[in-house]
Amino acid sequence: MNLSDLLNQGVTALSAALGRREVSAVEIATAYLDRIEQAQPELNAFITVDREHTLRDALTADSMRAASPTQSLAGIPIAQKDVFCAKGWRTTAGSHMLENFIAPYDSAVVQQLNKQGFVTLGRANMDEFAMGSSNENSYFGPVKNPWDLGRVPGGSSGGSAAAVAAGLAPAATGTDTGGSIRQPAAWCGISGIKPTYGRVSRFGMIAYASSLDQAGMFARSAQDLAILMDVISGHDPRDATSVDRKDSPCAKELDKDIRGLRVGIPKQWFGEGLSAGVKVVVESAIQELVMMGCECVEIDLPMSEQAIPAYYVIAPAEASSNLSRFDGVRFGHRAAQYKDLAELYERSRGEGFGPEVKRRILMGSYVLSHGYYDAYYLQAQRVRRLIANDFERAFTLCDVIAGPVAPTTAFPLGSFGADPVQMYLADLYTIPVNLAGLPALSIPAGFDAGMPVGLQLIGPWWQEARLLQTAHAFQTTTDWHTKRPALYSGLKP
Amino acid sequence: MTRANWEVVIGLETHAQLSTQSKIFSGASVAFGAEPNTQACAVDLGLPGVLPVPNHAAVERAIRFGLAVGAHIAPVSIFARKNYFYPDLPKGYQISQMEIPVVQGGSLRIQTKAGEKIVNLTRAHLEEDAGKSLHEDFQGQSGIDLNRAGTPLLEIVTEPEMRSSEEAVAYARALHALVRWIEICDGNMQEGSFRCDANVSVRPVGQKEFGTRCEIKNLNSFRFLERAIEFEIKRQIELIEEGGQVVQETRLFDPDRDETRSMRSKEDAHDYRYFPDPDLPPLCISEEWIAEVASGMPELPEARRQRYMNELGLTEYDAGLLTATREAGEYFEALRGAAKGADAKLCANWVNGELSAAINRAGLELADAKVNPTQLAGLLVRLTDGTISGKIAKELFEIMWSEGGEADALIESRGLQQISDTGALEGVLKELIAKHPEQVEEYRGGKEKVFGFFVGQAMKATQGKANPAQLNALLKALLLGG
Amino acid sequence: MRFTEEDVRRVARLSRLALEPKEIEGFQQDLSQILDLAQKLQAIDTTNVEPLAHPGSSSVFLRPDVVTETDQREAFQAVAPEVDRGLYLVPRVVE
Repeated sequence: MNLSDLLNQGVTALSAALGRREVSAVEIATAYLDRIEQAQPELNAFITVDREHTLRDALTADSMRAASPTQSLAGIPIAQKDVFCAKGWRTTAGSHMLENFIAPYDSAVVQQLNKQGFVTLGRANMDEFAMGSSNENSYFGPVKNPWDLGRVPGGSSGGSAAAVAAGLAPAATGTDTGGSIRQPAAWCGISGIKPTYGRVSRFGMIAYASSLDQAGMFARSAQDLAILMDVISGHDPRDATSVDRKDSPCAKELDKDIRGLRVGIPKQWFGEGLSAGVKVVVESAIQELVMMGCECVEIDLPMSEQAIPAYYVIAPAEASSNLSRFDGVRFGHRAAQYKDLAELYERSRGEGFGPEVKRRILMGSYVLSHGYYDAYYLQAQRVRRLIANDFERAFTLCDVIAGPVAPTTAFPLGSFGADPVQMYLADLYTIPVNLAGLPALSIPAGFDAGMPVGLQLIGPWWQEARLLQTAHAFQTTTDWHTKRPALYSGLKP
Repeated sequence: MTRANWEVVIGLETHAQLSTQSKIFSGASVAFGAEPNTQACAVDLGLPGVLPVPNHAAVERAIRFGLAVGAHIAPVSIFARKNYFYPDLPKGYQISQMEIPVVQGGSLRIQTKAGEKIVNLTRAHLEEDAGKSLHEDFQGQSGIDLNRAGTPLLEIVTEPEMRSSEEAVAYARALHALVRWIEICDGNMQEGSFRCDANVSVRPVGQKEFGTRCEIKNLNSFRFLERAIEFEIKRQIELIEEGGQVVQETRLFDPDRDETRSMRSKEDAHDYRYFPDPDLPPLCISEEWIAEVASGMPELPEARRQRYMNELGLTEYDAGLLTATREAGEYFEALRGAAKGADAKLCANWVNGELSAAINRAGLELADAKVNPTQLAGLLVRLTDGTISGKIAKELFEIMWSEGGEADALIESRGLQQISDTGALEGVLKELIAKHPEQVEEYRGGKEKVFGFFVGQAMKATQGKANPAQLNALLKALLLGG
Repeated sequence: MRFTEEDVRRVARLSRLALEPKEIEGFQQDLSQILDLAQKLQAIDTTNVEPLAHPGSSSVFLRPDVVTETDQREAFQAVAPEVDRGLYLVPRVVE
């Protein structure tokens, strides 16, 4: 296999090639960096690329592999969503507020990947502070969809998704609070997974909404996702919300036969809100599962319509508090002019944050403020319980839930410029999953008018293995996940 | 101002720094006096992405406190965020406990001139301390040191049941002694380990509704607490009597001017937007854990005081002194353990008497007393069995204090044994009687006082070692017998 | 649900965000819309429903009381906007 093909294969193939000494980490990294350089001006998938740093790390990875050949993942390159603190790397969270912030410590996710010898290719672009569904909210400019440069890649992990889709990286980290991995994965035609809440440590992951945020992965296949997730999973004593679940690894019996699997189809998710084109693709993907021996079961998620309202109370509330630390005192942007402490705060924050972030901070402070807490925040958390109960009930009737990721395919850039709140409504299939803390993934399922469509699979708490088995089985009989955007097939190498 | 028409209502909030090694939510050290910001780790600084993880020992100390005051220890309690902006609060919120604190209820017994009173507690909860602002040396600016940020605090809140500054100070002292007794806080007020906020209001006697209260913050000495409350009471009464209204506000005490001053706050009462901290799942405390902590608790002051009175027959006064601090009780217990045969009252008298006087004179703490319980026990044993007299015992104590040494060895080397041998004593007395015939006549004539003269002379002759009881009996017999 | 301009100003103050007059108007509309969304929650009867605040662990992990952090002041203050003699500088705090 030549280098160009190898770069398009994914983590499993790269690991094997590195293991057979067919290629070195330095060679692989150099090749991807060259691709990135070609793609970056148009695609804008990265906020920071540091060739020297990356090649240094690649060299270290080669040494690591030479010293202990069982380090089977050493030298695999990965793009890091710019929300994970990485020591010595500029960590911006897509914001002017952290434009010059060099993280003085490593996040757990970066630490775990570094320990296995992964090589950071660069810091992927994202919606500011992970708030957004289109990657149009980045201080560093929007990311384009590699399938159509006039369209968005999705968000907030748009840069990560675009990078993997365009062949600039075999894998990328992401975070998913309301769909920020699954939706860009779907719109960019790649595989992406958000684990059960608590599986991956949030230590060092710049917080948006603490009870919803989870780190996850983008890759070219479910098989790769399984390998990658087990690297970053695990209880971390530095994150009090992380859970010890060594008994439920993600990569377990990946080839398990899925015949007889009961697939739940939420009846509320195939109604009016779903576009016809996407519906056709998702339904035929589900048919594919049936042909593999799965059984379809209609399930009821009556609280479906409450998910967006609950989310847009809870997430902004938590964000408004999490972002208070950005005040110009110990790190981050500090206003140049201020006459007193109040102005220091107000101007540093007013200048440092973009409009979407401000919108959510204002909303969050409002719903937490005196007199409104019970009616909004508390009520939203109660409704959240009801949403989780819906899923718990559903999982007594089925083993996995299948459905769309988003109501449409990727929309054109600037579609919601005048009406940002309208964009929120497109999160209706992804948000309920975060509210319940369930694991879910998106895999390529086909195309609608040339744009990728994703199939969402949702599992019971801690059943990532089952999700990945199902996804993997789908990917052995279909080849949607191998499709690549024509625009980026000519990169060298 | 007619004080008698007014009733004072006081509630106290005390912040006790818990005596852990590391912070409540991070692994940084809490040691006092470090260079600025050398004990402020990433979590304490609120760097992007960091998360809090609670300290087991801080929770354990909260449980201990709950047990010591007879409170309900919540099986599940919640950490909440208190949101406000201030430079010494790095995250822009303080992690505290709001609706469901770890300790609920409880009470403390206090002693005042008017007698005993129970002060009920509303609650006690865990929270993190903020950093410090320094204002000198920084032209128009303040320097922020975050070493203290994240230090574990237990905030202890009373019901508004105190009715005078005396009661408030008595409560503060009792609480201070208790937290030191159960070793959850070192009580070092100079270093800020124990800080009181007083909520003070007044109302006309007989009125049911509370008046508007003011909070006086950060009083770090009992004297300041008393003076601040007194000033505030006067201020409020005068204000109302002159037709004004008390404004609910936070005030600081200025010890140089002996007055409270309104804190200049730029806006209205804070809207803290409390909500359960999503980074911290519920704090669960099992029955087993509580039982484990309970089994490791020392005997509490009140229980000990009762025991001394009921079982040992000590007076309320003596028992009170011996249980005022844990050290006094421990000394007493050790003394009793080593002084076989010496009775409790004797031991109590010596601890509260000679020992206490000696440490006060020397300006020492009991822990640094120059006579330890074993030494004193040796002395009391010999006093009890008659080897030495009471007078000699005092001398022996002085010797031990200044030179050290064991009772028996010193008695031996200095020949301090009491002379109880009737033959020897008679000899001495007969000699004295022979030498002072006039005084003998005077005594026989009815002058009782002369008896003391002979006693004094006999003591001189025996270097104070005559057994007083024996001496008295013999002298009387000889003088009367003719 | 109307989110007034006064609401925007108040909440901006609470959040320490300086806003331009144009921003205030824009946010007023956006926030009114979001509030309309949030209103839908009112229709749900949540009597006796426990809020779901922590979807993962139901009991917080407690760490042992050990000092694990060393002095990293130099590294941490390398990213600070203004420090002097180890202290973070801010405009004078009035008490």
